[in-house]
Amino acid sequence: MLANYLPIMVFIFLGIAFGIGPMLIGHLLGPSKPDEEKNSQFECGFPAFDDSRMHFNVRYYLVAILFILFDLEVAFFFPWAVVQSDLGWFGFVGMSIFLFLLVVGFIFEWKNGALEWE
Amino acid sequence: MMMALWQAFVVSTHNLLPWFDGVIATVLIILIKAFALIMPLMLVVAYFTYAERKMIGYMQLRIGPNRVGPRGWLQPIADALKLMTKEIIFPSKANIYLFLLAPVLAIAPAIAVWAVIPFAEGIFVVDLDVSLLYVLAIGSIGVYGIILAGWASNSKYPLLGALRSASLLVSYEIVIGFALVTVVMIAGSVNLNTIVEAQRGGILHWYWLPLLPMMIIFFISALVETNRAPFDVVEGESEIVGGTHVEYSGMTFAIFFLAEYANMILMAVLAVLLFFGGWHSPFMGIPYLEFMFSWVPGIVWLLAKSSFFMFLYLWVRATFPRFRYDQIMRLSWKVFLPITIIWIFVVALMTQLKLGVWFG
Repeated sequence: MLANYLPIMVFIFLGIAFGIGPMLIGHLLGPSKPDEEKNSQFECGFPAFDDSRMHFNVRYYLVAILFILFDLEVAFFFPWAVVQSDLGWFGFVGMSIFLFLLVVGFIFEWKNGALEWE
Repeated sequence: MMMALWQAFVVSTHNLLPWFDGVIATVLIILIKAFALIMPLMLVVAYFTYAERKMIGYMQLRIGPNRVGPRGWLQPIADALKLMTKEIIFPSKANIYLFLLAPVLAIAPAIAVWAVIPFAEGIFVVDLDVSLLYVLAIGSIGVYGIILAGWASNSKYPLLGALRSASLLVSYEIVIGFALVTVVMIAGSVNLNTIVEAQRGGILHWYWLPLLPMMIIFFISALVETNRAPFDVVEGESEIVGGTHVEYSGMTFAIFFLAEYANMILMAVLAVLLFFGGWHSPFMGIPYLEFMFSWVPGIVWLLAKSSFFMFLYLWVRATFPRFRYDQIMRLSWKVFLPITIIWIFVVALMTQLKLGVWFG
């Protein structure tokens, strides 16, 4: 059973190698002539006059929070989805209650303007 | 025959070199399989970029690349060589380790995810029982690459691109998750092989018909997940000059590019596996046509259908203008999410009532 995951480990290592390998090749083949102008951060033609670790809109944070919530719901749905035709009405009603609670929360977020982006 | 030869090879090598035992032989065979998969994948990625430039060129009444080799056939090779010999710039303000970790985090999941993808009956690297969950789980690691790239660059445009992409990717991941739940509900399994086998039959037996809204939502979400036009606000070259890629040059940029296109191909293959019957012939069950096309191997059908989806990506890109960011977020949270939640309920009800031709 666990042997099934050996190819996956090999693939993950291969993926990492595919990330590091080309960068090494590029570093070896390409020139390396750094200068101050080239290495400065990209800005529209003038030196940056502000740190780029700046404030950003709180909505991004809100979306991240909502994501955790809903992704957890998805994680709960998967095991149920696999066996739901065997569970019969019991499983259906159980999941309907769960879905109902989810929808109530969703409507709450919607009405509170958590999903507005203007 | 092949297995016997392999056994003989393993035994004779073990006699010659004592350290060569079963485990190393297993890893070796996995490596051979992996390269048999990844090398064609890289070739497809290279020529997909060529196809993209050429097709969009024709759609816009240009001829696209035509200088390198006959009809521009060697263009991707030339591009690769050019990127290899370009200088890799390390921005002086960047967090250099995170800056270099980001491309690796982008490409590693894009490659690792292919381990569980079946290509035809019996053609796969590993038949995992939870392969669909694995695809979802590994696929969502890719977002770390983009966020890290934006953050580590320590520059304004990459940061904006990273923020945009982070909330975009997570929003549509929920939608994709819910859409896949409906597929799992009908197929009764999270194993990709079983899901494809559950769709055995002609074009009318595949899940695109009973799950048509989910199929459309999945395809559109796949466009967002892979940062494709018309949802490419993450790169948005006319707004934030390239988003997370701004500070990357040479091979470090090429790796992001590679990962993005590998993900596009993955999404096309996934759409085929989940909604378009994988390797089954579309003519199965149709009296005359089934016989006529019975000689076509399953993998050809899978590749043909995936190519169609890959063509759709290009077609969509050439057709639609870019969405505004708030419109995309609205589409995800206020349109797709309610639809998918209702459809989960509908599909569950249909399965319980044994209603409909395709359910139960």
